[in-house]
Amino acid sequence: MNRLAVELPGLSLKNPIMPASGCFGFGREYAKFYDLSVLGAIMIKATTLEARFGNPTPRVAETPSGMLNAIGLQNPGVDVVLTEELPWLAQYDVPIIANVAGSTVEEYVEVARRISKAPNVHALELNISCPNVKKGGIAFGTVPEIAAELTRAVKEVSDVPVYVKLSPNVTNIVAMAKAVEQAGADGLTMINTLLGMRIDVKTAKPILANRTGGLSGPAIKPIAIRMIYEVSQAVSIPIIGMGGIESAEDVIEFFYAGASAVAIGTANFIDPYVCPNIIRDLPNVLDELRIDHISQCTGRGWNNGQTVYCGT
Amino acid sequence: MKENMTIIANRQIAKDIYELTLAGSLVQRMRTPGQFVHMKVANSGPLLRRPLSLCDINQEANECTIIYRAEGAGTMLLSQKLPGDTVDVLGPLGNGFSVSALSSGQRALLVGGGIGVPPLYELAKQLVNKGVFVTIVLGFQTKDVVFYEERFASFGETYVATVDGSYGMKGFVTDVIHHHRLSFHVLYACGPKPMLRALANEFPHQDVYLSLEERMGCGVGACFACVCRVPHSETAYKKVCSDGPVFRAGEVVL
Repeated sequence: MNRLAVELPGLSLKNPIMPASGCFGFGREYAKFYDLSVLGAIMIKATTLEARFGNPTPRVAETPSGMLNAIGLQNPGVDVVLTEELPWLAQYDVPIIANVAGSTVEEYVEVARRISKAPNVHALELNISCPNVKKGGIAFGTVPEIAAELTRAVKEVSDVPVYVKLSPNVTNIVAMAKAVEQAGADGLTMINTLLGMRIDVKTAKPILANRTGGLSGPAIKPIAIRMIYEVSQAVSIPIIGMGGIESAEDVIEFFYAGASAVAIGTANFIDPYVCPNIIRDLPNVLDELRIDHISQCTGRGWNNGQTVYCGT
Repeated sequence: MKENMTIIANRQIAKDIYELTLAGSLVQRMRTPGQFVHMKVANSGPLLRRPLSLCDINQEANECTIIYRAEGAGTMLLSQKLPGDTVDVLGPLGNGFSVSALSSGQRALLVGGGIGVPPLYELAKQLVNKGVFVTIVLGFQTKDVVFYEERFASFGETYVATVDGSYGMKGFVTDVIHHHRLSFHVLYACGPKPMLRALANEFPHQDVYLSLEERMGCGVGACFACVCRVPHSETAYKKVCSDGPVFRAGEVVL
């Protein structure tokens, strides 16, 4: 028995560990460190219809136990992703979750239609929560009706299941989750970064050229845990959890909160080997906890040990 | 590519400037001057790694030297580390200076500004080893932060300028180059962007290599934090960490 195997809509994962979108490019850089086939899946960098340069630099700033980024969805556009990046990734035995972004419903729909046809794209992650672009992204992520409308439109054209990436920058994340679930989302990924800012003490100017950026890293882990805990009890679609995960113990905590798989973001920057290390460590942590299978952890934080979502 | 390297020495050599010597097997991978390491100073404290350029590579002793300015939380913490302590080092990373751009008997001009001076040391060493003549111009803010003048002088004629005139010639590195009418086949520079821009504008028709500095996230090309623009394009880019940090003048927008 593979104790780490997880079945989710569109995704047969050999383990529940995947690098998070925007923290792993299209895999080429980390392929120099290890065989990408060890990963459960890869969430590739957000893709828009046309190439985008993104924001001016500085694009990152450090914070206590975290970092702010304002990259601005830099990517080569869907055509290049389809002709160069995805075929290159096909050499690895790993399902791809394509992160889809845009400024209009039409752009999201067009990117989703095209990228969902790639043979190694097994699911889409609808990026309605990027805080770093002026148009689109966050707007779609803060109003339940608009998020639902976008989800419906993308579901209609996508050849693969659609996961919606929720923003924590809302008053009521449960309402957002329910809205996209009702609109047909196959799953949720959460949380994206929290909007934040730093100001240079010497110059009195914002450190990021974009002024504000998205906070990630261990600093946001408790927020992610709380939100997944609330949302997982209110919806019946699976959640891929993310937000400050650094270790196998963190993974278990996310599962206990209600996640069925997890993504690793900022930690890749600190240790390029963090994903394979967590995959290696997970069975030992399960042993210590006397748990047979990782899926048995999902929702334990609120359901007294009964299995909630287990796609098998 | 990643190792806990042992600190052999960590001593102050000028105001806020420290010279750190590390030992470990990663040194055997270090070849090219201008490459950098990405250093995690401690498990607690700052989250991200710090990119620090290699100053001296000694493969026989399995040691490398890094010079840094204790300025922010990470480098302040690093300055308190003692011999025998370890630091988590990822690297070597990036593409360094092209030593092969010159052959024996030709002349290189090495221009360093402030904390951009260190990578030029290994460069000077390798160039001199292959019979290239080197002239060195070092620019600093003020006398208190001048370092490595004598070390560089052992490789070739070395000039120092300070912005406030407290040491060497008063002014900028470009003033030194003009005043002494320094000529070269290839110019290599590392330092603040205005200095690099001035050098690129000064010698538009010559072979000029510039090492850039930018805030980094991952250091390996995945996070897109340290991109710079390519001339005449709205979307083309280079990453300082993995395409650079050394670029030919004109290759990227400064």
